Amino acid sequence: MFRRVLVANRGEIARRVMRTCRRLDIHTIAIFSDADAGAAHVAEADEAVRVGGAPPADSYLNIRAVISAALESGAEAVHPGYGFLAENSDFARAVTDAGLTWIGPDPETIDLMGDKINARNFMHGVGVPVAPGTPSPLRDADAVARAAGDLGFPLMVKASGGGGGIGMGIANDDEELARVFATTQSRAERFFGSGDILLERLIRPARHVEVQILGRVDGTVVALGDRDCSVQRRHQKVLEESPSPGITDRLRERMFAAAVAAGEAVRYKGAGTIECLVDPEAQEFYFLEMNTRLQVEHPVTEMTTHVDLVEEQLRVASGEEASVSATPAPDGHAIEARVYAEDPQRFLPSPGEISVWEEPNGSGIRIDAAYRAGDTVTPFYDPLLAKVCVSAADRNAALDRLHSTLEDFKIVGPKTNIPFLIEALATPQFAQGRYDTGLVDLLR
Amino acid sequence: MDVTSEMVANVWKIVVEPGTRVEEGETLMILESMKMEIPVTAPAAGTIVELPVDEGQVVQEGDALARLE
Repeated sequence: MFRRVLVANRGEIARRVMRTCRRLDIHTIAIFSDADAGAAHVAEADEAVRVGGAPPADSYLNIRAVISAALESGAEAVHPGYGFLAENSDFARAVTDAGLTWIGPDPETIDLMGDKINARNFMHGVGVPVAPGTPSPLRDADAVARAAGDLGFPLMVKASGGGGGIGMGIANDDEELARVFATTQSRAERFFGSGDILLERLIRPARHVEVQILGRVDGTVVALGDRDCSVQRRHQKVLEESPSPGITDRLRERMFAAAVAAGEAVRYKGAGTIECLVDPEAQEFYFLEMNTRLQVEHPVTEMTTHVDLVEEQLRVASGEEASVSATPAPDGHAIEARVYAEDPQRFLPSPGEISVWEEPNGSGIRIDAAYRAGDTVTPFYDPLLAKVCVSAADRNAALDRLHSTLEDFKIVGPKTNIPFLIEALATPQFAQGRYDTGLVDLLR
Repeated sequence: MDVTSEMVANVWKIVVEPGTRVEEGETLMILESMKMEIPVTAPAAGTIVELPVDEGQVVQEGDALARLE
């Protein structure tokens, strides 16, 4: 096992990774930008290195600065968390080239899965279902219009290099398609450096259900359960639960088998996620994308399987075998609510200083927090304040526990989406587990 | 009339200049905060007389972004 690990991230995920490191007696090295000099993840690390100014491009996305921080602090390995450089194969290569260990899959796997068109084609090739769509990149309006004629509406327009809910749009007819293609392509060029577009038949209604996998040292892959992440605003998740209440056991088995086959086909190492869309009526699933990193919502899997995914990542990266070799039967039910610094009506960002921060605690409650009282939420990074996670013997008990935990969480300063989360939980759709990706639009 | 910022944000892109005539609802600039782009639109038709901010600048809630006549 490693003795010194640099965590190339900030906020709740940096703190969460370091928690496991501390338990395993691993010396932790944090990095920070000027905006985060006084942040919790810096205070909790054994040591911390400044990597640059507040804008992410100057600090957390600055490959050269992060690599020098790792070298000068004597780190043996780098954990990227999620976001920032976690799915950047150049960074993964730079880590390896510097003689350090990258805690994640091979850069080639990151590249393959980072391109939505190649990933779709690969999955199709290994027998994982994909929605009807275009097998090669579309670059101009004529090609898009022709492809749409073959596929039929409604369509999803996606940036091949996109991710994190950014760089996609829905088109219901030719006119809308022309408009959505233009905006998606220009944003794709700006955010992802490539204007390649793909079209996919829109699955609607749909649930977003994903499978957590773990690639072991011996080359086998284990499915560690599913998560339902259908409640999203602006294509970003707000509530996640495990197991999904929207799939039958038969479908779950098929999805796990496909995820394992896909993972083994790419020789996946460590923790990864196969995201799928599920047609709830037909109980059919379609591959959406693969995330080659730890997922934000990984705690619901940890709470129902009692597997520490960060520990498994560290074990596999260091060459020790993973501690799990078979899919564990889920123990009870877990739900996560993402508390964002945003107003609960329009979901507009609300940075600011936190004067009161009182986390609820108790049995079956886990809060993965990015901030503490006295911290300032700046406009430079994502709006995630904390993940409120609960588990209980069954779904109804978990729902009750999440409701009361959210009501007990006191944050004064930035506006938060807690009132919205409570409202969404209380809808008959969520209460009965019969919701799809359209739930937030029904409420706002 | 002053157009003010609704939140702490970074001025990402200014799409008008002093002297530009704008219609109600037209985009004046795009702010960026917490990985989200927020367009700032004209509350009424008029002419831009002053732009007290620059691209890349951080603005506070209530700061003037543009003066419209």
